[in-house]
This record gives sequence, structure tokens and C-alpha cells, in this order.
Amino acid sequence: MKVLVPGIAGATGRLLAAKLLAQGHQVIGIDRRPWPDPPEGVELHAVDVRKRAAEDVFRKHRPDAVVHMATVSHLTRTRDDERYRINLGGTQAVFEHCQRYGVEHVVFVGRHTYYGAGPDAPLYHREEEPPLALATFPELADLVSADLFAATALWRAKDMTTTVLRFCYTLGASGEGTLGTFLKGRRVPMVLGFDPLFQFVHEDDVASALALALEKRPRGVFNVAGPNAQPLSMIAKKAGRQTLPLPEFVLAAMLGRRGMPRLARGAIEHIKYPIVVDDRAFRDATGYTHTYSSEQAIREFSARHPVIG
Amino acid sequence: MSLLVDPDIERRVDALELSFDEQGVDPYGVRKSDLAWFYTTLSRLYRYYFRVECTGAEHVPSRGRAMLIGNHSGGVAIDGLMVIASMFLEKDPPRLAQGMVEKFIAGVPFASKWSARTGQLTGLPEHARRLLEDDRLLMVFPEGARGTAKLYKDRYSLVEFGTGFVRLALETKTPIVPFGFVGGGDAVPTIYNAYKLGKMMGVPYVPFTPYGAALPLPIKLRVHYGEPIVFEGTGREDDEVIAGYVETVKSRVRALIEEGRRAE
Repeated sequence: MKVLVPGIAGATGRLLAAKLLAQGHQVIGIDRRPWPDPPEGVELHAVDVRKRAAEDVFRKHRPDAVVHMATVSHLTRTRDDERYRINLGGTQAVFEHCQRYGVEHVVFVGRHTYYGAGPDAPLYHREEEPPLALATFPELADLVSADLFAATALWRAKDMTTTVLRFCYTLGASGEGTLGTFLKGRRVPMVLGFDPLFQFVHEDDVASALALALEKRPRGVFNVAGPNAQPLSMIAKKAGRQTLPLPEFVLAAMLGRRGMPRLARGAIEHIKYPIVVDDRAFRDATGYTHTYSSEQAIREFSARHPVIG
Repeated sequence: MSLLVDPDIERRVDALELSFDEQGVDPYGVRKSDLAWFYTTLSRLYRYYFRVECTGAEHVPSRGRAMLIGNHSGGVAIDGLMVIASMFLEKDPPRLAQGMVEKFIAGVPFASKWSARTGQLTGLPEHARRLLEDDRLLMVFPEGARGTAKLYKDRYSLVEFGTGFVRLALETKTPIVPFGFVGGGDAVPTIYNAYKLGKMMGVPYVPFTPYGAALPLPIKLRVHYGEPIVFEGTGREDDEVIAGYVETVKSRVRALIEEGRRAE
């Protein structure tokens, strides 16, 4: 099978590429970010997914399947128009190309932050729930919109199979991703009196889940997670970090200063309240099982990213 | 820590039949280490401060889903806490009773953290359903916040019951174990609830007693469990049918309260 992966140069994109190659698939990648030494067999196009050159890749290769990973999500970045255009404009472009060039199966890689965090949100979100994120965290609006837009392909593009996956946080040797970035420093800021559950999955398991989705082609929207969620304080301690619980108003004032991560204001809700998803539907549809325990994922992360100084 | 954690209690925590992972965390964020501390404190209150008398605990199924349904008694959640303690101390193997916590608690520092770590989830229908489908023991006070706001003079009365619990019990085929709780109204003799002050503090109301703050007095408490009630149905019955079932449960709770009062 010929698989095109926009956003291939990220940590999970690279792992997915390796996995697909090992399974004997042909892998074509699109990414503006550099990937200096891709494995042999990966054809890399350093183009912007929204530009004409990206469409040329679709036209020339006519992929059987597309895994769209070219979205940006960092709690540690504040809103900017560029990101908005990548997430929504890029997703729109990818789906248009998929339809035009006869792609059979498209996988949209979304995030569980779609559901949002709040005091009255249920633990274990299910796929049919509407997004709550927007009210508390407007910076996520572009990702939520991209997710909802991707799902419209389920009824707009009936001759194509669409799979929308909402992944929980990832963790692993790369240190990439929202949770990895948040845990990088010596101290992990927390909101005093709150210790939410964090759900995360090892990045290898993310790649496995994506490969499995390509194989089984389940139609619909699915949450994907890994081992049991853990309280943030336990994750930080297992990673060899110190927790720094601060009253909410102090934390809000200190963000971005004194070596504290630059979090968007809405992100505070995400370290006060849990976002935990129910991934039974995906496990039932594909036979997916995670292989890394939470302890293993944390150990790999902290071995490669020890506390400095 | 040894003063805070009783080794006997720790052994009982080990005997809880919950799906803890290798880190000692269950799928709802309940932590073994926190339960040991929580139940040690509760058991001391249960045995020595309130000298709780519990009857009929054998009516609560040892395994599988069940719903504890009873009256509110006392304005500051001692009723819920003592029911949780009784299910842990009087049952073998012990059971974790999981309550449906008022929504404002999730936003209160520390209260949010400790309720979550001891399995007391925010009162949402999704939570109740999930816990029952997972064969947990759910504790519901259908009087809701109206029930905790009862004044001293109304301590043995019941206010209106919500009906959601009966529909959920029918849908999930869950036995309902009624209980009557007696003494909370004497332990916390509320004479006035300050709603405006509560609003300013971010809570529904602040109860006051003749001696000021609503600190519970060391008064003997009683909790009487009755035989399980099983209704047959789908949960999609007409309101009148459901109201009849609710009335059945309510009268059983009322009878158990009377039984508790006679024992005083």
C-alpha cells in the first residue's frame, strides 16, 4: 500500500514511517520541518501542506491512504494566526486532495484535548460528546474545528473511508508532545490543591495504533489511549521531577517567567482538571492493545531527558 | 505516617476488590495509599467519635453493582462519610462506596483532589452509569442539596426525592439497598443556612448551629440498611410509573429511619 503522511517529521510520524516500511508499505512524507536522515524507502517532500507543491505530491503519487498529522498543538504556545491556518487550512487542503485524487482511506490524527477540561466534565469522555474546550480554552479552537471538519468527511465523502482518531497525550524517548514539553524542566508547576489524572500513551503505541487503523480501516471517530491514567504528581515524581504546587493566581502570574513554561491561560484548566477518554470503541474495532505501561513510558522519557543541573 | 495509617486498615484496603494497576491507582484515580489514610481517619470518627451503630450491612451485596439510597442527615456530609466507613468496616470483603459529589466541590482546592482520590466523583449521570456498569457500589442521596440543608426541626423528615436513580437502576438492572440515617441532625443541629454568605464563598450555603460553626457534636449515629429492592423494567417507563417506584424506595427509607429512632 502507498501511504502519504503529511506531518511525517514529528516524533510519532517518524515512528509510523519506520513501522509502515517494516510492514512492506511505500511511504511518502510531507513536512516543512527537517528530517535530515530519513530511512531508505521514505520519500520526503519539504513542502507546506497548504501549498500547490503539496497537491502535486498527491497527484503524482496517488496514495492509497493518507495519515494527516500536520497539525500543531502546544499548550505552551499562545494563539497565533499562522497556527490557525496550518490546523484548519491544512486539514481542509488535505481532505480536498484526498477526495480529488482518489484516496481510499484517510486518517486524521486529532487530540483528546478536543473534549476540554473543567470541573463538571465527566471522567472518560466518549466520542459522541461535543467539545467543551472552546469556552475555557479558546486557543484550542482551531484544533477542535479541524477535528470537526475532518469528521464531516464521513458524510461528505462517502466513497472514501475516514477515520478520526483522538489521541491522549504521548510520552517517550523523543520528549516531544504537550506532556513531554511540560515535564522537561526540573520543576513541574501544579495548581495547589489539584492533582488531575493525566492519560498518556507511549509514542511507539501511537505508531502501532495508526498502523492498525490503516490495516483495519474503521470508519468513524475513535478515542485512542494507553495504560491507566495517573495523577500528575505521580508522573512528575516518577520522571525525577519536583512538583511545584502554587495557588492558581500565583501560577497564572508566573507563567512564562522564572523558567516556568509559557502556558496559554486556558491551559491552567488542563492542569486542574483531568481529560480522560474511553477508548473501548477503538480497541473493539481494531483489536488494538497498548504494549508500554505508564512506568515504562515515563522511564524512557526521563532516561533521555534527565533533569539538568 | 504510622499515626495516620492504621496497619489493620491498610490490610483491609488490600482486601478491597478494585482494579488497581501496578502503581496502586484504579481507573477512576482512586489511590491505595490515599485510601489507607482516608479510612484510618474515618474509622476513628466512626468508632470513637460518633460510635456509629450499623445494622443490616449484610443486605448490601458483597460483589457486583448496587445502589445505596438513603436520607441526608446533618449539613456537612458526615452522613455520606459514615456510610462509606460502614461499607469498609462492616463488610467482608470491604467495599468502597462511591458517592456523587456536589458539583462545586470539583472546583475547590484540596476538596477536589481528595474527593477524586478516594473515589468520590462529581455527581454526573455519566459517572453513576459508568460506576454501575463497572460493578461498583454507588451511594446516592436522592434528596440532593435540599436534603443537607434540612434544619434541626426537620431532621427526621424527607424532602422530595429525585427520580433519576430509579431510571438508572432499571436501565442497568441494579439492586437498590435502602438505608436510614439517624443522628446527623442532632450532631449538626442547623438552625440557619446562610445562602448569601455561601454564594460569596462559592458554596451552596453555610450552615449555622446554636454554637456557631457547624462542627459536628460527638453524638451517636445510626445507619440501618434494609433488604435490596429490585425493580423490573427498562428505565423508559412513564413518569407516573417511576414516581411509584421512587415512592416505594422513599417509604422503605422512612421505615428504616423510624427503626433507627426506636433504637435510640
